[in-house]
Amino acid sequence: MTRARPQRGRQLPIVAVTPFPRAAASALRDTRLRANLGRATRTIREKRAAVVAEVPDWERLRDRAARVKDDVIDRLPQLVAQFARAATAAGATVHHAVDAAAANAVVTELVRAQGVDRVVKVKSMATQEIGLNEALAAAGVTAVETDLAELIVQLADDTPSHILVPAIHYDRGQIREIFARRMPGFTADSDDPAVLAGAARDYLRRTFLAARVAICGANFAVAETGSLVVVESEGNGRMCLTLPDTLIAVVGVEKLLPRFADLGDFLRLLPRSSTGERMNPYTSIFTGVTPGDGPRRLHVVLLDNGRRRIAADPVGRAALRCIRCSACLNVCPVYERVGGHAYGSVYPGPIGAILSPQLTGQDAGHNATLPYASTLCGACYDVCPVKIDIPAILVHLRQQGPKPAAERAAMAWLAWTMRDRRRWRAALRTARAGGRPLRVLTRRHGGRLRRAPWPLSAWTTHRDAPLPADESFRDWWSRTRGS
Amino acid sequence: MAPDLSALFAVRAGDYRAGVRQCTPAELPDLLATLLAGASGVVLPAGTPPDWTTRLGPPTLSGDTLTAAELDAPGLAVLTGCALAVAETGTLVLDGGAAQGRRLLTLVPDHHVCVVRAEQIVADVPDLVIALSDPTRPLTMISGPSATSDIELNRVEGVHGPRRLDIVCLPPA
Repeated sequence: MTRARPQRGRQLPIVAVTPFPRAAASALRDTRLRANLGRATRTIREKRAAVVAEVPDWERLRDRAARVKDDVIDRLPQLVAQFARAATAAGATVHHAVDAAAANAVVTELVRAQGVDRVVKVKSMATQEIGLNEALAAAGVTAVETDLAELIVQLADDTPSHILVPAIHYDRGQIREIFARRMPGFTADSDDPAVLAGAARDYLRRTFLAARVAICGANFAVAETGSLVVVESEGNGRMCLTLPDTLIAVVGVEKLLPRFADLGDFLRLLPRSSTGERMNPYTSIFTGVTPGDGPRRLHVVLLDNGRRRIAADPVGRAALRCIRCSACLNVCPVYERVGGHAYGSVYPGPIGAILSPQLTGQDAGHNATLPYASTLCGACYDVCPVKIDIPAILVHLRQQGPKPAAERAAMAWLAWTMRDRRRWRAALRTARAGGRPLRVLTRRHGGRLRRAPWPLSAWTTHRDAPLPADESFRDWWSRTRGS
Repeated sequence: MAPDLSALFAVRAGDYRAGVRQCTPAELPDLLATLLAGASGVVLPAGTPPDWTTRLGPPTLSGDTLTAAELDAPGLAVLTGCALAVAETGTLVLDGGAAQGRRLLTLVPDHHVCVVRAEQIVADVPDLVIALSDPTRPLTMISGPSATSDIELNRVEGVHGPRRLDIVCLPPA
């Protein structure tokens, strides 16, 4: 595969252009956003908990799924080759894209070859990650998102804020306004979700029937059979997978599963974790092309875009197990308050905080701030269907990533001090002496310091600092047990 | 198949707003006629058992030749069988075999009526994956009518796929 030239001046939509703390601060001032997110995540959390509780062997399922995905990460090149052989034998054409630019170039070329200026799209995180719609637009091709939430976001000229529900930050009233402003022929004065969904159906019907090229992603790709699996709710996926002549699938290599039988576990885990349903309304599984049913041409673009590099990191590689269910977003106290846009990536929330910096490298934009976008409470690990220890990876990335100069200096001094008992005791004595006069001043706040002078102010902007105890344990021991 | 699987399948399919009915093979033609009475036409895939359609009122159309635009005609319904069904999740599985036809037949019309034989029902999704005779056929798993949770995460039925799904369960032969 020839490497296309990178598009200059365009950051991938997985690069944060604002440091997370600054982006979060402005999101926190939006009370309507907080209300919308709180309501939506509470709804989905309750539904998920109910259907997960129905499955007696849930923990065993998670363990098995994690093992299968680890095996995939261990054998990526081998499984990629196996999938390519099986899919090709079934009539698909397989392309390998090393990065976003290469994938965009391949897809653009395939669309051009069909001579169309409009394509329909199934919701796909991989195409979001590489900024495919923008690349197609630059080549004069309009990509029409057909998933209801993606359509809402597209009509609003916005970006997705959630992996599963890209328009989670809007309430029904806002969605009605967007439709009234941007959807031709929309006249409904109701903001009832059923009415809004019906309007999207009418609006997209013609588009589906006229579409000649569709672009999709895949939830799973089976190496053994060369099959692709698309899991959805609305039927827009089935429309795109069966009506047009040409179908182009963009699939991250981590979506592979070794055997078809592996789908049994994953198709139980995904809907329950994702939408809180026992099963999503529609799942399509297709292998190559089938004469007389569906597209005549199937192209599969297998995307690396940093995945093999992540696979080489013994701790960070577990992020590649992710099946994009979004359960971690819905339980995250940080995500629930700041929303998806604060993360500056199409992958928001806890999984985004470990995926975006690893896909791009921590030197890209402000992605190095993302591993700090967490309280390390561990709720994400508890709900993850493939048991990604997100807090452990966050800590790992913090250790690897850049640190502020002041913090580096403080830690170096502390390390030097703690290496020697005499230095350490002297330092504690100094701290106690310094803390004593402050004890009176801070009595109102339970003996905690609300604001420290610079450079310690960097610490106390967001938290109180405890004062050192009046007496160290060693002093107390020698005073009371007298030696 | 154990009768409890049929009962569980019926409950679970109903949970996701499919209409579920049980009948004997002798009652089937009349029940299908009732369910499809309001349709402007009924699309039939190749291999539909002739005794399913003996009582139908609306005209029948052969699913083999219809284009997508023709399937989009107002008021059309489609009548199919299935390859397998899953009790735990109330899911129908179609693989394009006899009485199922091309994938778009069960997608474009607004009303889908599906006949399930008790012996086609398996317990859960892993059993389904094992029971599939040929995993490389184009497979569609259907659980209730099309739906979305994209607006405030409240489920709404009826988006791009059929807005109504009726399932008829036949007892073990």
